[in-house]
Amino acid sequence: MNSTLFVLASLDGLSYAALVFLVSVGLSLIFGVLRIVNVAHGSLYAFGAYLAATLSLLVTPISPWLTYPALLVASLVIGIVAGGLIERLLLSRVYGREEVLQLLITFAVFMIMDNLQRLIWGVQPIYAAEPLKLLPNVSIFGVSYTSYQVIVLPVVAVLALFGLRYFLRRTLMGSVILAVTEDREAATAIGINAQKVYLITFVIGATLAALGGALASPTTSLVPGMGTEMIVLSFAVAATAGLGQIEGTAITALAIGMARAFVIYLQPEFEVLVPYLIMVAVLLVRPEGLFGATKLRKI
Amino acid sequence: MKRTGNILKLLAGVSLLLGVLGGPAAAQDKPKELKIGITTFLSGPAAVFGEPGKAAAEMIAADINKKGGIGGVPLALSFIDEGAGGEALVSNYRRLVQDEKVDATFASISSGSCNQLVPLAEDLKMLNFMWDCGASSILETKKYRYNFRSQANGTPEMLAVLIYLLKTKPNFKTIAVVNQDYAWGRESWEIFSTALKQMKPDVQVVAELFPKFGAPDYSTEISRLMALRPDVVLTTSWGGDLDTLVRQAGQRGLLQQSTFVLGIGESSIQRLGKDLPEGLIIGARGDHWFMHPEKKNDAEFKAFNEAFKAKTGSMPIYPVYHMVQAFAALQGSYDKAIKANGGKWPTREQVVDAASNLEFVGYGRPLKLRAEDNQGLEAQLVGVSKKADGFNHMVLDNMMIFDADKITTPAGQKTVEWLKTLKPDFAKMDVPVFQHGK
Repeated sequence: MNSTLFVLASLDGLSYAALVFLVSVGLSLIFGVLRIVNVAHGSLYAFGAYLAATLSLLVTPISPWLTYPALLVASLVIGIVAGGLIERLLLSRVYGREEVLQLLITFAVFMIMDNLQRLIWGVQPIYAAEPLKLLPNVSIFGVSYTSYQVIVLPVVAVLALFGLRYFLRRTLMGSVILAVTEDREAATAIGINAQKVYLITFVIGATLAALGGALASPTTSLVPGMGTEMIVLSFAVAATAGLGQIEGTAITALAIGMARAFVIYLQPEFEVLVPYLIMVAVLLVRPEGLFGATKLRKI
Repeated sequence: MKRTGNILKLLAGVSLLLGVLGGPAAAQDKPKELKIGITTFLSGPAAVFGEPGKAAAEMIAADINKKGGIGGVPLALSFIDEGAGGEALVSNYRRLVQDEKVDATFASISSGSCNQLVPLAEDLKMLNFMWDCGASSILETKKYRYNFRSQANGTPEMLAVLIYLLKTKPNFKTIAVVNQDYAWGRESWEIFSTALKQMKPDVQVVAELFPKFGAPDYSTEISRLMALRPDVVLTTSWGGDLDTLVRQAGQRGLLQQSTFVLGIGESSIQRLGKDLPEGLIIGARGDHWFMHPEKKNDAEFKAFNEAFKAKTGSMPIYPVYHMVQAFAALQGSYDKAIKANGGKWPTREQVVDAASNLEFVGYGRPLKLRAEDNQGLEAQLVGVSKKADGFNHMVLDNMMIFDADKITTPAGQKTVEWLKTLKPDFAKMDVPVFQHGK
């Protein structure tokens, strides 16, 4: 591979990693705080995409530039409304219960949302590319890229990473979340409302999933089953990084995105396998994930 | 006492006689309804074909029933979701046949589903029309009695597209493929590339890319193709995958750089709208196009298309016409069997006998169920995308319609072996060309 192809593959890997990171980090955050593996995360991604496309198509006749705020509004609506309802009505009833029960509940939500999606938006592919078309293409080594792909997506992912870091480490609410994560009983004893912390965390995680979907919507056709594809990949990234690891998720998403891009250039037969081969290799050596900490078991 | 005994003997004899005569007569009595079980995708990405197929089935059955049914018997439809997966599909199929006692089935869209259900239908002695699945191997590996394919398979579909390419772009030197990574993506490329090597051996394949089925992003594949600059890019992808690939490639200028061949792109034309540029070669999995040049003035064809649009919001795409063909084959088989049975309602075996070698008509050129292997012989339409006044999407122009018997694997032969016998002259066959609107 020459240097030109190296640069091209890196750019492709970067834009792919940006979207994967946004979804995976939400999944990882929810697990880190609530200790729940949220299978419905893929549905939140799909709903974010569909609502963003619907709003974009609505506002485009007024002004195409309104499609950018539409992406954000769609993410917030799905994150707050759908995320809030799932946490309050279902998950809040099963904290501390068997993990299998929690898993089954989020799986049931996933199935319900998948059918709901078909009822609302049907089965024909939907496409709303206005945000992408507004920005010019850039030429790199004679190959044309959309600015949306190589600038907007990575910038949003980096902002999300640093925003999340700042929120968790530099704000009172972030400190409260970390306190509940560290020791729920002690945090509750000093007056922290753990239920509220769980709700806020789940809404943030759901919003990130929906944001990933909303940002993906201008680049891809929205079809039934799109959430399934993303949840499987996100699990692979989150598990490889170690569940609950925010920076680790970013690095892993980048590594998987890059590896996938290079494989397409060098050995395309292995494209589908790459994320999972990396996951298996990492978990065989480090079952807690690349950045996960080994936990002591209390006897 | 003796007289009473004789009367009893007489009654017993009459009863026995009526019983003997009544048994078969009852089996051939007209049923209250003709139950048809249909497998189609109602969930997952392939629902883009399954839902229009279901809508078409409901329309056609209602129309047949309005006209008095088949042989005077109304149709009743049951649907199974292929998207539920293999085990559920098989269980539901068994339920339809054994519990709900359907009289015939249409299975399926996916070749994977056909591979599972065709042997089962055979075991259950169930008349089955493979209404949309395209794997050529299914009917080449075994001779079935109860299974028929009411349309073509992947071989003529790919050969038509290839010959069109060779006729219209004879000087291309390099080609790349971007197909979905599953059975159809692999098999269609095997057919296309095997035939290409025979008909134009100097062409170099510069990339074989098989992205994941349902992939949301083709950026890397597009970058690689832009760097490789192949003369031709083939894709037999469909549904949302094809839409995404075409749009992403268009946004980055790849569609302008290489000649794109969309092997089964007819089903995406309306959805892609203005995002589909001019000059792309597009196949239709049969001679299917809602402005079919030989049918566009046919009143029944036009009425069906308009009724379908009124019901679903879109003009029909190829799975809709495949569903039409399945019903036409079913009706043709029953009508032929009833006639052969002197006007009486036929047994299933008589209907199966009638289906063999049946000639019938859908909304394209006449079709035939080949007696040797039950394979449907269906013409193929290929064209090139072109802007046209009055349409918010591209139309097909420079359309060629290929006769089925010229490009279908001969009965008794295996596709790949047959393709290896083809010569460059094969592509020089005479094919009529039709312009849009003329």
